[in-house]
Amino acid sequence: MTDPSSVPAARQPAARRPSARRRRRWSALLWVAPAFGMYGVFVLFPMLQSVQYSFYDWDGIGPATPAGLDNWKAIFTQPELLQSVVHAFVLVLFYTVLPVGLGLVAASLIRELKPGAFSTTARVVLFVPQVLPLVAAGIAWTWMYSSDGLVNQVMRAVGLDQYTRAWLGDFTFALPAVGVIGVWVMLGFCTVLLLAGIGKIDPVLYEAARLDGAGPVREFFAVTLPGLRRELAVCTTFTIIAALASFDVVQIATQGGPGYQTMVPGVQIYRLTFLQQHVGQASALAVFLAVLVLVVIWPIQRLGREK
Amino acid sequence: MTTSGLAHRVTRTGILLALMLFAVVPLLSMFTTALAAPGSTPQGLSWPSDPHWHNFVDAWSAANFVALFRSSTLIVLGVVPATVAMATAAGYALAQLNVPFGKAIYGFLLIGLTLPFEALITPLYYDLRSMGLLGTRLAIVLPLIGLLMPFGVFWMRAHFLGAEPAITEAAKVDGANTWQTFRRIHLPLATSAWSALSVLFFLASWNQYLLPLVLVDDPTKRTVAGGLGAFQGQYGTDIVLLCAGSLLIILPSLVIFLIFQRNFVKALMQGAVK
Repeated sequence: MTDPSSVPAARQPAARRPSARRRRRWSALLWVAPAFGMYGVFVLFPMLQSVQYSFYDWDGIGPATPAGLDNWKAIFTQPELLQSVVHAFVLVLFYTVLPVGLGLVAASLIRELKPGAFSTTARVVLFVPQVLPLVAAGIAWTWMYSSDGLVNQVMRAVGLDQYTRAWLGDFTFALPAVGVIGVWVMLGFCTVLLLAGIGKIDPVLYEAARLDGAGPVREFFAVTLPGLRRELAVCTTFTIIAALASFDVVQIATQGGPGYQTMVPGVQIYRLTFLQQHVGQASALAVFLAVLVLVVIWPIQRLGREK
Repeated sequence: MTTSGLAHRVTRTGILLALMLFAVVPLLSMFTTALAAPGSTPQGLSWPSDPHWHNFVDAWSAANFVALFRSSTLIVLGVVPATVAMATAAGYALAQLNVPFGKAIYGFLLIGLTLPFEALITPLYYDLRSMGLLGTRLAIVLPLIGLLMPFGVFWMRAHFLGAEPAITEAAKVDGANTWQTFRRIHLPLATSAWSALSVLFFLASWNQYLLPLVLVDDPTKRTVAGGLGAFQGQYGTDIVLLCAGSLLIILPSLVIFLIFQRNFVKALMQGAVK
C-alpha cells in the first residue's frame, strides 16, 4: 500500500479519505483487543478444550485414549449423572420460580409504601444475602438446618418435636433444604430489580385501571405484570443460570449427599475431575451443562426482547 | 381510614417484615452462636448469658485472617482495575466506534455471559499447570479477568449506547481525536457505570470460591471465600469458632455493599435492564 502522506492531497482527495478512514476503522480493533484476548485465552479456548476432552478417556496424567461418544452416552445412561441434571432443574423451582414470585409480591408491597426509611430498609435488608459469599450462605444455613439449629429449635417450640431432623442429611428433605438457601440468596436481587421495573411503569396506567374499577389483584395482572416483561426476563435468566450452575452452596452444605440426593452437575464435574481423575467424563458433563444453560436461556431472552 | 384499608396496611407490613426476617435470621443465628462459650453447642438462636466476644479474636488467628485479607486484596487489585479498564474500552468501541467484525466479536462475548465457571474449570486447571502458574495468585487473577469480561463489556456497551451522539460530534468539530473524546468526555460521563461495575467485580472476586479451591492449594493465597471454605473443612465441628470466623470474613463484603448500596442498586437497576 502506498503511504497516504506521499500522495498530494489536492490532487487525490478521493483516494486519501477512504484509506484514512479505513485505517481509523481498523485501529478501533485495538480498543477491543485486550478484552477479547483475555476472553479468548481464558474462556473460548478452554471451552473448545472441554469439547475435545469430552471425546477422550483421560486420567489427567497418562496418555489420553479416544473414547468416541462413550462419555456423552454416559450422561444419559448413568443414573447418578442423569440425576444430577434432574436436581439442577428442581433447583430452578427454588432459585427462580419462588424468588421471582415472592419478589413480585415484595416489590408490589414496597411500591405502595411511601418512600422513606422503611422502604429503603426493606430493600437493603432483602438484598444483603446476595452480596455475601455463597460459601457463607452455605455455612449459615448448614448451622440453621443442623440438629441443634434454629429450624429444629422453632419446630420444638411449636410442638413439632417428632418431625425434627438433621435436614441436610435427610434423603427426602436435603434437596428442598438446599433449594431454600437459593431462595434466601436470590430473593433480594429479584425484588430490587422488579421494584425498579415497577417504578418505570407509567402511573397513568394505574389510575386508568383504578377508574375501570380494578382491584389490587386485577391491577397487578393488567398493569404491573405486562410492564415488567424485561425485568422478569433479566431476573429469570440470572437465577436460572445460578440454579443450573450451582456449586458453592451445595459443595459447602452437602457435597452432593446424602447419597446422590443433592448432587448437581457443578459438583459432579468437580468430583469427576479432581477426585476421580475422570477428565473426559467431567468435560462431557461440562459441555452438556453449558449447552443446557444456553438452550434454556435462549427463549427467555427472546420473550424479554419482544415489543 | 377505612377498616379494610387498615387491614390491608397491616397485612402488607406483616408480609414485608416476615420476608425481612427470613433474610436476616440466618445471620443473627450465626451471630448469637459466635458469642457462645467456645466448644459448646448452643441452640439455634439464643443470646448467651455470658457473651464471649473473645471468640472473634480466636477465629481471627485460627483462620490466619491477616494473610487471608492480604491475599484477597491482592487478587481484587489484580482483577478489578484491569477488567474494568479493558471492558470499558471494548464497550466504548463496540457502542461508539465502527469496529470491524464488531457484531461477531460482541456475539462471541455474549456466549460467555451464560457460560458456567464449572464448564471451564477442568481445562483451566491443565492450562494453568502447563503455564506453571498453578498455586499462584495469578492462576486466580488471569482466568477471572477473562471470565468477568463478557459481563463487563455487556454492561459498559449498554451504557455507551445511551451516550448522546451530539457530544461526540461536538468534540470532533473541536478537533478532538477518538482517544481524547473518550478520555475527556465519555469516560467522566460514564463514572457511575464503571464505578458500579467495579463494586460488582470487587464482590465477584472477593466472593469467588471455585477458582481458588481448584487452582490454589495454599488457603493463605486464596480469596477470603476460598479461605473460608478451607476454614470450614478444618473447624467444621467447632460451630462457635466457625460462626465467628464466617462473620469476620463476610464483614468486608457487607461493609462495601452498605457504603455503595445507593449508587450500586441504582446502577444495577439501570444497567441490567438496558
